Amino acid sequence: MHLTKEEEKLLEDDNPAIRKAMKLLTKLGDIYGAEEMVEVSSAQASGVSYKSIGDPGIKFLEEFAEEGGEVSIPTFANPAGMDLEKWREMNISESFAKKQNRIIEAMEKMGITITASCTPYLWSNLPRKNEHIAWAESSAVSFANSVIGAKTNREGGPSALAAAITGRTPKHGLHLEENREPTHIIEVDAELESISGFGALGSWVGREVEDGKPYFKGIKKAGTDELKGLGAAMAASGAVALYFVEDITVDSKDTRGLEKLQFGEEEKEEEYQELNKTENPELVVFGCPHCSINEIRDISNELKDEEMNKELWVCTSKAVKAWADRMGYTEKIEEAGGKVVCDTCNVVCPIEDMRYERTGTNSGKAANYLPGFCEQKVMFSNKEKLIEKVTK
Amino acid sequence: MKIKGREVVEGKAHGEILISEEPIGFYGSVDIETGEFIEEGHQLEGKNISGKILVFPKGKGSTVGSYVIYGLAKNGKAPAAIVNEETETIVATGCILGEIPCIDNPDKDIFKVLEDGSEAHLDTNKGFLEV
Repeated sequence: MHLTKEEEKLLEDDNPAIRKAMKLLTKLGDIYGAEEMVEVSSAQASGVSYKSIGDPGIKFLEEFAEEGGEVSIPTFANPAGMDLEKWREMNISESFAKKQNRIIEAMEKMGITITASCTPYLWSNLPRKNEHIAWAESSAVSFANSVIGAKTNREGGPSALAAAITGRTPKHGLHLEENREPTHIIEVDAELESISGFGALGSWVGREVEDGKPYFKGIKKAGTDELKGLGAAMAASGAVALYFVEDITVDSKDTRGLEKLQFGEEEKEEEYQELNKTENPELVVFGCPHCSINEIRDISNELKDEEMNKELWVCTSKAVKAWADRMGYTEKIEEAGGKVVCDTCNVVCPIEDMRYERTGTNSGKAANYLPGFCEQKVMFSNKEKLIEKVTK
Repeated sequence: MKIKGREVVEGKAHGEILISEEPIGFYGSVDIETGEFIEEGHQLEGKNISGKILVFPKGKGSTVGSYVIYGLAKNGKAPAAIVNEETETIVATGCILGEIPCIDNPDKDIFKVLEDGSEAHLDTNKGFLEV
């Protein structure tokens, strides 16, 4: 790989963390066949939850911070394993909280903003079209590439951190225009009336195309929340990092000769059945990816002052929670017996150690991850049916 | 016998060969303090990978595997070297951070020509593993 003089200097830098970061990126670039580095304007650090990275991850982050690792570009943290303030109310153990806080401290020391959210593009870090970035959260990677038109590969925890420190990443994969063309056409002939409908579609397509780049035809309407859910599901059941929705995210693309897949009402029903394994959740969780303020408003409106007989969590970022507090949505959810949980979600918090066995979700991503990562039986349905389950 | 490959992480190593024909996902499979392989039902269950020239097709599973490989190196319990058919990014990242010599793309079928327990020497600068 060709390195500039400045990049060669980074390999010899006095700061061991910079040297290590540059070496990691150079080696990865060689493995991927990158010809050069590209400067990136922001990074997203993943592997924030203690549940995800364990003791080896703490060791790595603390040593990197100790050696002088410091981010050189705006860098935002993915969700942690607990609400960083109200973890006791979530019944998180003291020992888990202690380890989680060590991760947060190491990241803070390196200058990473502890946004602890998977949706930075909703409120603090909105890249522009064609901007090169190094993000690591798979659903945010998909949103940034597909909806915004920024350019990022699906980074791992250490490579995103190395990019944050050096301000660079190897130029390969989705950083190159020639790799941003569709691989499959998905003809959608089904009503996608809700976020769970888009989640079912995403879950089905991700499994079919794996790491392909699907081009959707036939989707008539999709807002930011629906696209966020669609991309997240495809990145969970598959490894989709770029997709196209005709007339919504792109005007048109050359799709001649591509394999065609049909998603109709039958496929939609089958996918709901595939993901839905119980009708009796103990806990219903919204916010995978983290809820927008509009989603929280809709949930609070749906509650209609009913008493809850099961648990309800609404997961979001600290920023969005502040607005939900101001608008009275939080109060309404709490009065009904629910919780607005910040900084985490039911996938990356240790839900399996908290006596839950059956979780309801409207997220195609969560429905894919909850059985394996969290040992949960899943109820996969739309918002209205899930709220019925906790209130009746 | 010499097996040529592509250098992923440079270095020299000497040790006994330990083969897994199954891919390895390091997270949850290897005890970071001892190097013992703990994944139930895996071909390497009960074996210790510390100091071995570990031969397997490729990594799999969680990206946390990189931190496990790094942690093994920090604890002095890492394999002496890694030989893969194809080194993907989880293993590559771990080996780079832990400074564990690693080659991939071998010019022979490593699962046919190599045997558990034989002594081998790896020198990535020369680009080969010698048994």
